[in-house]
Amino acid sequence: MAMNELLQYTIQGLAAGSFYALAALGLAVIFGVLGVVNFAHGACYMLGAVVAAVLQDTLGLGFWPALLVVPVLLFLFGVVIERLLVRWLVGLDPLYNFLLTFGLTLLLVDLVKRQYGVSGLPYERPEVLTGQIEVGGVGLPIYQLFVFGFSLLICALVWLLMTRTRVGMIVRAATERSDLARALGINVGRWVTPVFGFGIALAGIAGVLAAPFRAITADMGSNFIIILFAVVVIGGLGSIVGAVVAGFLVGLVEAFGQAYAPTYAQIMIFVLMAVVVLVRPAGLFGREEAAR
Amino acid sequence: MKRKAAVSAAVLSAGALLLSACGQGGPGSDGGAISDDKLVLAVLNDQSGVYKDLSGPNSVKAVEMAIADFEEKHGDDAVTSEIEVVSADHQNEPDVANTKAQELYDRELADVILDVPTSSAALAVANQAKTKQKLFINVGAATTELTGEQCNKYTFHWAYDTYMLANGTGAAVTKEGGKNWQIIYPDYAFGQDMENSFTAAVEAAGGTVGGTIPTPFPNDNFATFLTKAAAKNPDVIGTMQAGGDLVNLVKQFNEAGLADKGIELAVGLMFITDIHSLGVEQFAGTSFTDAWYWNMDEESRAWADRFLEETGTRPSFAHAANYSAATQYLEAVQRAGTDDADAVVGELEGLEVDDVFLRNGEIRAEDHRVIHDAYLARVKSPEDVTEDWDYEEIVTTIPAEEAFRPVEESGCSM
Repeated sequence: MAMNELLQYTIQGLAAGSFYALAALGLAVIFGVLGVVNFAHGACYMLGAVVAAVLQDTLGLGFWPALLVVPVLLFLFGVVIERLLVRWLVGLDPLYNFLLTFGLTLLLVDLVKRQYGVSGLPYERPEVLTGQIEVGGVGLPIYQLFVFGFSLLICALVWLLMTRTRVGMIVRAATERSDLARALGINVGRWVTPVFGFGIALAGIAGVLAAPFRAITADMGSNFIIILFAVVVIGGLGSIVGAVVAGFLVGLVEAFGQAYAPTYAQIMIFVLMAVVVLVRPAGLFGREEAAR
Repeated sequence: MKRKAAVSAAVLSAGALLLSACGQGGPGSDGGAISDDKLVLAVLNDQSGVYKDLSGPNSVKAVEMAIADFEEKHGDDAVTSEIEVVSADHQNEPDVANTKAQELYDRELADVILDVPTSSAALAVANQAKTKQKLFINVGAATTELTGEQCNKYTFHWAYDTYMLANGTGAAVTKEGGKNWQIIYPDYAFGQDMENSFTAAVEAAGGTVGGTIPTPFPNDNFATFLTKAAAKNPDVIGTMQAGGDLVNLVKQFNEAGLADKGIELAVGLMFITDIHSLGVEQFAGTSFTDAWYWNMDEESRAWADRFLEETGTRPSFAHAANYSAATQYLEAVQRAGTDDADAVVGELEGLEVDDVFLRNGEIRAEDHRVIHDAYLARVKSPEDVTEDWDYEEIVTTIPAEEAFRPVEESGCSM
């Protein structure tokens, strides 16, 4: 019995962690290349879910096409935001970064509330993903397994993109050592806009994945962003591997925390964060320079 | 304090004078007994946050409907022709509610404040009502404190409370065979209150509560809590979550296929707007206690049709209750011939009344709890839904005197 439950908690933790990993990956890429901490990332996750629900309601767009269409739309949204607003942040005091992206969050949340109310939107999941698989006498929800598998796939693709392609190398170089990359004649600026859009699109994928599984409301990103920052700090700000590993780790801490000490489940995430910051100020996978 | 007492005494005697003048002057001098020459009904609720849809701006509409009906009914005989509605947003914060209530009573000259969801905010407004000696009719909040230890002469509680919810759902589901419960509740005042009330109701009905699980609030991941509760093989999982958290929990309850394992889901507090937002198939089969349902009979339906024309949506019980509260307030003023708070309270206390919302209603004089029939509802299966918002099947009607806390248990002394 106890083994069964351990297996269930693990899958639940990994499913919850999938949302964190995907969104934190986007946050890490954006921070790496732009040096911008995007506080509007929770709102972008919310937009992903809301856009999926609205497209399903108005155009009858199903879950599978939404997994492609919504990230593309959010990519375009990210491009517009970067061109119009975010690019002015370069070289400014980080406080402006906070003001702009947090202000953007408030704006997006209120616009969605105004348009779609506060009770949330319904979303139908595909039939294939409902129900459960029996593994050793334990029923594991298919959707949780799918969320975990799909996000692992996306993370792997992003990793391949980053390590095996020229674009990825440039982005990575810009992430790790922006100054050095520039000195070597790489035009980092060219990649800034698409990378921002890409980061937003990743939050959008997390949002679409959340749509069948969670309440789709304007506020769904508000709590999410807080945990997300704990994830990013634990993983190391700007570290791509760190974001993914910490995302799943925090998901597991959350699930096991809820199982064995429900009242302390959320606190445990921040205790973990505090310990990591004490022992390794740059995060698990961050480099010391990045912490400064 | 002395000055206030002097002022209200002066107002009272002036009111009495005017009243007698009115009696002598006959129909020609109507409006004379109304302070500031107008009646002001204030709706104080959540106009922008989580409770906006279940009450919010549409409750203001409902109160406007009540005024229109009142004016149509009484025509030239109405106690005054100057009736206004004002509204304010309390953002579910007790301190904002407190300030807004003062503003409404003092500056907007409100004669009555209506609605006020969120228990802590409602208690703050009740306190203002007591100090200012003006009426407050609560619709949206759940706490039994309003008619318990913290009751006062000027505060009425119209629609529902935690006792009624627990007693309805907890007792009824247990009697139907759901003996063994697990309760999941958000770990703050409302959730703890509900958890206590449900445990008491289930045990009183012969059931057992095998375990209670507190959860963070707000929270979007309930999978683990549900697994833990289901591992104890209960007949029923009771959830005290509300709003977005409830939607999260229900989606994950379905994901885990717990209904197929013979576990019933009972919800502590749910509004029809919750079912509408999540879709009926997710909630299908869920039991909960409702204070009123728009399609429960012809009278309700007729009113709901008018509401639909006004607002484009079907009413929740909170909308109907605000209409009812405003109507009964206006009728009380009409009978008293004045808007003097003490006179109106006198008219309301002990009143037995039926209207579109209140069935077998009685405004208890002892604690100002308005008792009325309540309903154990079950969410329909998608194939039984015949039209938009047709989501509920009324399983049992809980008679007014059984639905609410007995007056001797209230602990209220005015």
